[in-house]
Formats: sequence, C-alpha cells, structure tokens
Amino acid sequence: MAEYFHSVRLDHDKCKGCTNCIKRCPTEAIRVRSGKAMIIEERCIDCGECIRICPNNAKYAVTDSLSEITKFDHAVALPAPSLFGQFQPDVSPEAVLGAFLELGFTEVFEVAVAAEAVTWVFKRELVAAKGPRPLISSACPAVVRLIQVRFPSLIDHLLRVESPMEVAARVVKERAEAEGKRNVGAFFITPCPAKMTAVRQPVGLPTSYVDGGIAISTVYGELLKLFERGTRRRVTATGAGLGWGRSGGEAMAVGGTTLLAVDGIHSVVSVLEEIERGRLRDISFVEAQACIGGCIGGPLMVQNPFVARARLRRLAEVHWQEEPVLATQWLEDAASRGVFGMPREIKPRPVMKLDAAVGRAITMMRHLEEIFDGLPGLDCGACGSPSCRAFAEDIVRGNAVESDCLFKMRLRVVELAENLLDLAKKVPPAMGVADTQEHQERGREAPDDPERDVEPAGAPDR
Amino acid sequence: MDFAAAGDAAAEIKRALAQIGMDSDVVRRTAIATFEAEMNIVIHAYEGTIRATITSDGVEIVADDVGPGIPDVGLAMQEGYSTAPPHIQEMGFGAGMGLPNIRNCADEFAIETQVGKGTRLRIFVRSRQTGDL
Repeated sequence: MAEYFHSVRLDHDKCKGCTNCIKRCPTEAIRVRSGKAMIIEERCIDCGECIRICPNNAKYAVTDSLSEITKFDHAVALPAPSLFGQFQPDVSPEAVLGAFLELGFTEVFEVAVAAEAVTWVFKRELVAAKGPRPLISSACPAVVRLIQVRFPSLIDHLLRVESPMEVAARVVKERAEAEGKRNVGAFFITPCPAKMTAVRQPVGLPTSYVDGGIAISTVYGELLKLFERGTRRRVTATGAGLGWGRSGGEAMAVGGTTLLAVDGIHSVVSVLEEIERGRLRDISFVEAQACIGGCIGGPLMVQNPFVARARLRRLAEVHWQEEPVLATQWLEDAASRGVFGMPREIKPRPVMKLDAAVGRAITMMRHLEEIFDGLPGLDCGACGSPSCRAFAEDIVRGNAVESDCLFKMRLRVVELAENLLDLAKKVPPAMGVADTQEHQERGREAPDDPERDVEPAGAPDR
Repeated sequence: MDFAAAGDAAAEIKRALAQIGMDSDVVRRTAIATFEAEMNIVIHAYEGTIRATITSDGVEIVADDVGPGIPDVGLAMQEGYSTAPPHIQEMGFGAGMGLPNIRNCADEFAIETQVGKGTRLRIFVRSRQTGDL
C-alpha cells in the first residue's frame, strides 16, 4: 500500500478499540476490527481529527526529527505563521525567529511572507480566473484532499495556487542556490499532520520543494530554552501574512465583501455541501480550514488555540501597516515564471464508489439499502463501523457480516433459543408422549392409573 | 415548514450517487436540482416525496407533492418570480430561481400541476460519460 503516504498513524498498543475516532472521521476512514482501530488508507485525508478525539493518545502524527537537518549543508527553517501565537506575550517574534538559528538552522524564512505573495496571487485570480464561483482556497491540504474524496464536483472551484509553504520553500531554495549554496534543505515547522503529508505527497506538484516537516510540538521545548541566548532576527512579514495563522486571517488579507471563512472540518463539509447545491453563488472566495480556529488549532500545536488566536491577532495588528518585503515587481516576475502555479492536475479520489462498474455498483447499492432498512439505526458503533449505513456498506463490500451487529446477533440468539425450545419439546416416538408438558401431567396422574403401573412390570414376562 | 430537515433528501440522493460512482457532472446537477425541488416542497407544499431512480444512463428525479399547485407555470418558470412569503425570502430562499435552476440542470423536464391538489415534477439528468455496464 505505497499508493498513499499518511502522517496520521495508529499506536496499536495504546488503542482500546473504543470507537470514538470512527464517528469523528469526516471521510469514514476508520473501522474497529479485532478490538483495534484500522485506517482505510485510500480514504484518510490526514486531517488529524482522530488524533484530537482519541482518549488514549493512540493516534499520532509521523513528522521528521530535528536531526534530519544535519543531512543538509544549508538548512532553512520555515516556521508557519501560526507559530508566533504559541508563546507568552513577553517572547518577541524576533526571539522566536532567532532561536531557530540557535537550534541548528543556518537560515529562517517566515512562511507568512510567502502567504503575502499567495494573497497577491489569490486577489489576481479572483478577478482573472474563469470557471465556477466561489473559488475555494487550496491552502489547507486537508480541505483539498477532502474535496478530492468527498466533493469531486468541486475540484474546479479550487484555486490552482500553491500553498505558502511550497512558495516559501521554492523562494528560499532559488535564492540560496543563486548565492552559490549547495545541498539546501527547507524544513516546514508544521502545526499539523496534513501539511506533513503535503510535504511527502503533494497534490499539485510532482514533488514538494520542502524537504521535511518538523512538528511545532517537537521544537517548542527546545525553542523555549534558546530565547535567553539573545539571538534575534527581524520579522519581515506584515500583519496580513501573519494573520494567515488563524481562521479568517486569509480572507481578511484577500479583502473584499463577498468572502466566506469556515473552520473545523465538519463545518467545512457543510459549507461545501452548500456550494455543491449551488447556493453560494453570491460568494466569490472561500477560506476553508480543517482545524477549528485555523492553523493555531492544529493537532501539533501546544498553546490553547483561543489564547494563541488573541496573541497572533495582536501581533498582526502591530505589523499591519508595514510594507511587504516581496515587491509587486518581484511577484509579477515570479508569477510569470510559474512559481505559484500547480503544474499537476487535482484528480478526484472516488473512494466512496462501491464498484468500478456503474451497473454492479447499482446492484450493490440496492443490496446496501435492503440491509440498511433491517438495521436498528442507532449508529452505536459496536460493529466497528461509524454508522449503520457505513456498516451496510461494509457488508456489501464484503468487509463485514450482518451478525457483527449486536442487535442482529441478539435477534438470532432469540431465534436460536426458540428453535432450541421447539426441539426440546419434541419427544422421540419410542417415549410415546407427544409433549413434555403432557408427559409431566401424565406423570403426576400415574399413581392413580393401575394399568400404567402394571404394564412395565409385566413386560419382562412376555 | 421543517427547515431543519430540509436538504436531507437531497443529501441522501447525493451520497448514493457518489457511492454508485456517477460522474461529478451528474452529481453536481442532481444535487442542485434535488435540493431546489426539496426546498419547493418544504416552502410551498403540505407534504411530498422525492424519488430518485438511478441507472447507468443517468438519474431520474420525481418530486411529488400534495399542496396548492402552481396557478401559472409559465410565470413560475421565469427567473426571479417567487410566491414564497417574505419571511422565507429573508432567509435567503424563495428567490424565484428554484424552477429555472432545476430546468437548467436537467436534460428532461416535465411539470404537471393541479391547483388545490399538488404538483409532480419529473426531471432526468443524463450521464455524459458512457456507462460501463
């Protein structure tokens, strides 16, 4: 199963098979089998909802370790804009950037700066792009994959613009190589597993410009220790770019009056449903983020997202009036060189399909509906599937059997018990009595019946 | 009027189409048409049903309702014409785009209505990909 790389993994030993995750997954990608969760690779979009919900910390994200940077002569840290909201108010963003140099990186480049470039491209696309409206931001990779899996009809709505992470990596590498540096590595300091997957398996590019992803939770403790060394690096991002780290920030940077910002994967699903029904034609741009609160709510974050939000907003306000470092002339040149584009087509991932052949799928669908009608509809999860409907689907796909349902099994036990009773009532002809109740009654009558006493006694004589 | 449940039928039909693997153009057009048809029933009718028949050629949707019927179908088919009460329009529904939208999504469109009795809408959304039966 090398087709999909997944950052989100299961710790088999910690999993108790509790079914919390199966109900939370937006693509119904998890089942519990033999008492353990099992992720269906083709369906998982690495949003990290299961990491958040698991009470036993059995879901985790695979990210790179800090030692990976030693493989490069020149290692560049690319901190996500959301990182700046993670620290106490007395920690300046200059100190945060400086600490990366102490950590072993030779350079640090703010992804927030690239976010400003992407904002510029978005604004242009909102005017120039043909095709259906609203346009949907492609910045959150979990949302892009959600659309591939569950909303393939909305792929045409996605902005074909690379994420700030990719743009940042590409810009730093081009610059470093122009300066004659060799063996340059770009590392995204990531708030989420979705970005990690985007590094290993990008959607819009054949290969990512990013060489690795290091979790914010991995470097957080290290950074805290390094502030006192006093290394400082000037913040070059403006408020618009920094704001991308929280929900609403991206839309605010893009500006305008017909924007919609939605956060939290389940809320994103309901907005995408609305778009699919053709009900959001008055909206020109949709910012959609899988995590509640945006990137500050990422599963690999440390700080409470509401606290992080307040701090990041304040920082964005302080830097709001500054001039962007990437000048318009540079942006135009970069755009004409294709720095922002997605060269690869975004393809649907029609994993919900019951069968490749429509005819067979229709037959399976009919069977699925019949099975579903007979299920209790409680969505209890005891069968290991997220809902009765998903269970019916698992049955027709041959991945479950009806008796996996506790209620169905109980009915069968009742049936079996009735059959047992029926059998128990049957008496062999040699015993001569048709029914046990009658037999008992006869038994009680027996002492008053002289013939019955006599008969067996006389038998040996014959 | 049960607005809380409005859209559930359309969502169920959409889900079935995705599982059957109908192409995304059919899914999109059917999603819009069934949702609008469902909203028409919720807003205007007393009760109604939506039935989808899926074949490899496409999807047939029949929306049947018991309700006031449409006195002037020609007028109702005009974009922007609506008889939805103001409080419904304030909710962003009843913009007079329902039937025109449905027609735009459908390859076949037929409407039968009797004032005081109800309306029956039948549409067919044809798959443009050849079915691989």
